[in-house]
Amino acid sequence: MIALLSRDLALAVRAGGGFGLGLAFFLIVVVLVPFGVGPDEALHARIASGILWLGALLACLLSLDRIFALDFEDGSLDLLATAPLPTEALVSVKAAAHWLVTGLPLVAAAPVLAILLNLPAMGYGALVLSLLLGTPALSVIGTFGAALTVGIKRGGLLMSLLVLPLYVPTLIFGAEAARRGAEGLDWTTPMLMLAGITCGVIAVLPFASAAVLRVNLR
Amino acid sequence: MELIADNLAVARGGVRVLEGVSFRLAAGRALILRGPNGSGKTTLLRTVAGLQPAAAGRISLDREAMAYAGHADGIKAPLSVAENLTFWARMFGQAGIDTALTAFDLRGLADRRAGTLSAGQKRRLGLARMIVTGRPVWVMDEPTVSLDASAVALFADAVRAHLATGGMALLATHIDLGLPEAAVLDVAPYRATAQVGDAFDADFDEVAA
Repeated sequence: MIALLSRDLALAVRAGGGFGLGLAFFLIVVVLVPFGVGPDEALHARIASGILWLGALLACLLSLDRIFALDFEDGSLDLLATAPLPTEALVSVKAAAHWLVTGLPLVAAAPVLAILLNLPAMGYGALVLSLLLGTPALSVIGTFGAALTVGIKRGGLLMSLLVLPLYVPTLIFGAEAARRGAEGLDWTTPMLMLAGITCGVIAVLPFASAAVLRVNLR
Repeated sequence: MELIADNLAVARGGVRVLEGVSFRLAAGRALILRGPNGSGKTTLLRTVAGLQPAAAGRISLDREAMAYAGHADGIKAPLSVAENLTFWARMFGQAGIDTALTAFDLRGLADRRAGTLSAGQKRRLGLARMIVTGRPVWVMDEPTVSLDASAVALFADAVRAHLATGGMALLATHIDLGLPEAAVLDVAPYRATAQVGDAFDADFDEVAA
């Protein structure tokens, strides 16, 4: 498992890897929004948490089709399926690698980009915590979508349509927790719901992803 | 150890392509599959390797005994030759890659980026992976595609060395490998009469079960 994780991380940071793609997209969204909505600092402060969450979610979505497509094209996925690693472990490692390459940098970049959106100072803790708890769910759900569409040429659109509804609960509770933090309200309830969603998908979805991957590899 | 396929039927896309295939492969022996394009050799090999379930029949060894090499080599272009092989060795819980590098004359290329290799060199790297799996049964689909004559000889030597240690090899190939001791199985007589059954629905039943 460590071998697969370190290979995926090595591939991501070398030339042509996906590292930085999501981060760059996140940066573009957050930098462009103030130009789009006009120079109204109070408005920026009000929408900052929502924009940051939406940007993180879309940045995550952008890199999902790389999770299995590259390994499928060069035949590695067939060979991985014959390796001693259970398919459930394979999809879990793939999701973990995706989170480390895409989700974690987004969490780290969010406080810096929040300055651009004039996020109130008391909102930073809730924003970072909500992204830290929520982005693993985005990677795990995304891995399920990628497993469903592996082998379909240009399946990215289909995958986005399948994954987006599954992302809605995470977005609702994540953005709500960040918004309450920014307005100085108590954010315990949405944060706990978010943590619950993440724990739930981590517990259940790898089995579903492994099952659809085995069917798709036939 | 013996690989026995008993009355095996294999399907591709829900359509049976081969039926009633039976063979025995003892330790230290090789079996070469022959048959025209589209006759179901690849499907049979993928079934034996455990990548898809058999439509009917039985295979005596489970997938943990098989090492599979398909048309694609599973090589990551940004990694070096040694890194590619080391990854597969670690995935299969094996230690060294030296034997594999030597067997396919890759020692001089070990530090080259795999993306810069020629087609034949990539194929040699893909075949070297079989050695680092440490699995007893090699299931190989057209292993000699894009290899030159000397590389084919290297490959035949590697197969012979594997058989000498009690391994088995199941190969689909059209060319003469110089393995006179290998048995040959022509799959053409086992071609299934075309029928689209309930295989598509059966896929879903199986997932639900």
